[in-house]
Amino acid sequence: MDSNRLELLDVSKSFSGVPVLKNVSVVVKRGEVHALLGENGAGKSTLIKILSGAYRKDSGKSIIDGREVNIRDPFEGKRNGIGVVYQEFTLANDLTVAENIFLDQLSEKGFIHWRSINRKAVGIIKDLGFEINPKSLVGELSVANKQIVEIAKALTVQAKILVLDEPTTVLAPGEVKDLFKVIKKIKERGTSIIYISHRLPEIFEIADNITVLKDGEIVGTRSVQEVDMDQLINMMIGRSISNLFPEKEYHNGELVCEVKEYTRKGIIEDISFSVRKGEILGFAGLVGSGRSEVMRALFGADMIDKGTLFLEGRKTTIDNTSKALKNKIAFVPEDRKEEGAILENSVAINMTLAILKRIKNKLGFLSSSSENKYCDEMIKKFNIKTHSLQTLMENLSGGNQQKVILAKWFLTNAKLLILDEPTRGVDVGAKSEIYELIKEMAKETGIIIVSSEMMEVIGLSHRVAVMREGRISKILEKDEISEVNIMKNAVPMESVEI
Amino acid sequence: MTGRKKILIHFFVQNSTIIVFIVIFCLASFSSDVFLSNRNITNLLRQVAALSVVSFGMLLVVLTGGIDLSVGSVMAVASVTFALANATLGFFPSLFLTLLVCLVMGMFSGFMVAKMNMAPFIATLAMMIIGRGVALNAANGSPIQIKDPILTLLGRGYIGAIPVPVFAAFVTFVLLYIMLHYTAPGRIVIAVGSNEKAVNLTGIKVDRYKMLVYSLSGVLAGMGGVLTTSRTSVGSPILAEAFELDAIAAVVIGGASLAGGKGRILNTLFGVVILGTISNIMNLKDIPGYNQLVVKGLIIVIAVYLQGIQLSDLAWIKKITRILKSN
Repeated sequence: MDSNRLELLDVSKSFSGVPVLKNVSVVVKRGEVHALLGENGAGKSTLIKILSGAYRKDSGKSIIDGREVNIRDPFEGKRNGIGVVYQEFTLANDLTVAENIFLDQLSEKGFIHWRSINRKAVGIIKDLGFEINPKSLVGELSVANKQIVEIAKALTVQAKILVLDEPTTVLAPGEVKDLFKVIKKIKERGTSIIYISHRLPEIFEIADNITVLKDGEIVGTRSVQEVDMDQLINMMIGRSISNLFPEKEYHNGELVCEVKEYTRKGIIEDISFSVRKGEILGFAGLVGSGRSEVMRALFGADMIDKGTLFLEGRKTTIDNTSKALKNKIAFVPEDRKEEGAILENSVAINMTLAILKRIKNKLGFLSSSSENKYCDEMIKKFNIKTHSLQTLMENLSGGNQQKVILAKWFLTNAKLLILDEPTRGVDVGAKSEIYELIKEMAKETGIIIVSSEMMEVIGLSHRVAVMREGRISKILEKDEISEVNIMKNAVPMESVEI
Repeated sequence: MTGRKKILIHFFVQNSTIIVFIVIFCLASFSSDVFLSNRNITNLLRQVAALSVVSFGMLLVVLTGGIDLSVGSVMAVASVTFALANATLGFFPSLFLTLLVCLVMGMFSGFMVAKMNMAPFIATLAMMIIGRGVALNAANGSPIQIKDPILTLLGRGYIGAIPVPVFAAFVTFVLLYIMLHYTAPGRIVIAVGSNEKAVNLTGIKVDRYKMLVYSLSGVLAGMGGVLTTSRTSVGSPILAEAFELDAIAAVVIGGASLAGGKGRILNTLFGVVILGTISNIMNLKDIPGYNQLVVKGLIIVIAVYLQGIQLSDLAWIKKITRILKSN
């Protein structure tokens, strides 16, 4: 019998013209733990979503047990024996354990046979080496037990492949050990496991083979025995900084903002840093390390429990967003569609929303001539491609939407500009234009950039604050700024000895 | 699908309210020779004056992504308040007091939505029940006669050839039109409905604008209540029952999205007139009231379906044409 459980051949996928996966091929053997490794945005989750049917591939083949399959939606994925446990749980908290596990197959002949379902649930969980009351509500379970329920749910069909997406980020060290026992049990049944994690030591402990993805392409597949940690890190990041980025210019302006010991319990702790005019301060770290949370606190979108803020030397409290605006702090949020752009409104409305006061005439009415003047100027300056000022935001490309949002804040003459993932979902051409704009804007303001794309942080920042588990682990200056140094300080502490 | 066809359909969808209005208006004119008479048209407009004012308030709330179920009850409170106040006070002090009471009611709805984080549907449902109870209690459950010549003038008088209520509604329309199109609050209201998070992160106090729209809706409902009362000169605690449904219908026929952010006051005005025309023509044709409800409901379905129509939705028309041709 063929020992290959899953073969993905030449899989490609692009979103609105931006390629995310380029001819990716992966082979997963029967009963192995295959780790998928790569930076944020390397294409890991897209690959998994294609496998499970949440996305459809543009081209390529998926072969399961030697037979080509065409998985078009998650239902078909499940029928083909693919179970996925996503990072965010997909459980209904108000239903019981058994109900959750058998949610899609509750009824037989139209009725629910409670006793048999509860019994089957107990059986599945016992096979994993756990004991959970099938009648308890999922909402009342611990995170580790919830995860077991997720895994049990994925295994209800004869799962041939089980995908675990960052399963340990939510677990305590002791729980991780239990999870690994579970994984070994599943493996013994011949089920293959695709394991995604940022924690390298874990991967050495549990994986048989490792595939590294970078920028939507496979860097290589290695067996655990033939690589060490350094080689893996090199595979993940090995690329020189391209000429996407403008030359760095160092200005030594006056201090714009100084943050001292910002703390929000359980989320961020003891965050201190400062930004000068003309300076770009980068924030790097893994997803969930607390970068965005620091920015939200700084902008007054979230409350802090402790900490002080000095703006241009003056002690200031910012506990809501309009105070931030009043103090000339601007924030370009990470999620452009949800929190940045007002998609159903026109370019003009989006661009002038923060400066409505300035385009009012003496009677208090908005003056369209003054509005047009501002907008036209920005469209020229930022090279925004739009049909007209009245074009709806949703009809602009991602890059142009982002430029409109940058223009909105540029118009406010902000002293501190916070950019959270400024180029997410933006194609490469628009990216370098946005970088150029950011550099241009930095002449007038202090800028903070948060980005999961390490190259972006390195290429733009004068200094880089690296975050790990809610704290700033290190602030890198000039020559210290490198991918290796960022990685070293970003990967969770208990698990790394590079 | 050719470009020209696309533009045509786009135009059609954009202006579907007005097109529906024209169709209904033409049908009405052909089916009855009384319909176009001066007297009937004046009458029709007088009938829809109160609904239009209340619907404008509803539109403001709907634009922010909310809904105001309390407008009918607020109208009844206005009617009773005015009647009680008018027993001792003159017209204008009574009117002022009435609108003030309605403002407070609207503000409280706004407070529940903006500050207490309640769902608009529930907050205003509560206000609807409270308001009706207050009105019934204050009036002791029975209608109150009002003897005020100015109120009678408001109900039956004319400015030139235009009935006073119609004039009042038109002035309100113009003011709100200016607010929505040419002032910062108007623009922010629309932006809040489209993307509340983004507006909040722009440093704008979203709560204030939510309070504003519910307060305005309260005042406008109060005005609607007084206008309705002026037609009969009776303060009634059971005035305008289920009126909120007509206002919502008018706003929706006018193309506003209940999800917020989409809606034009001119189209709401047409929505109101469409509803008014349907009732009017059916009255002229002696169609019994129960059937009128059925027709009204169907018109809502058609009008809203036309607004949401996409090119892809029209595929079934093509399919049917193809089948017919092949046969």
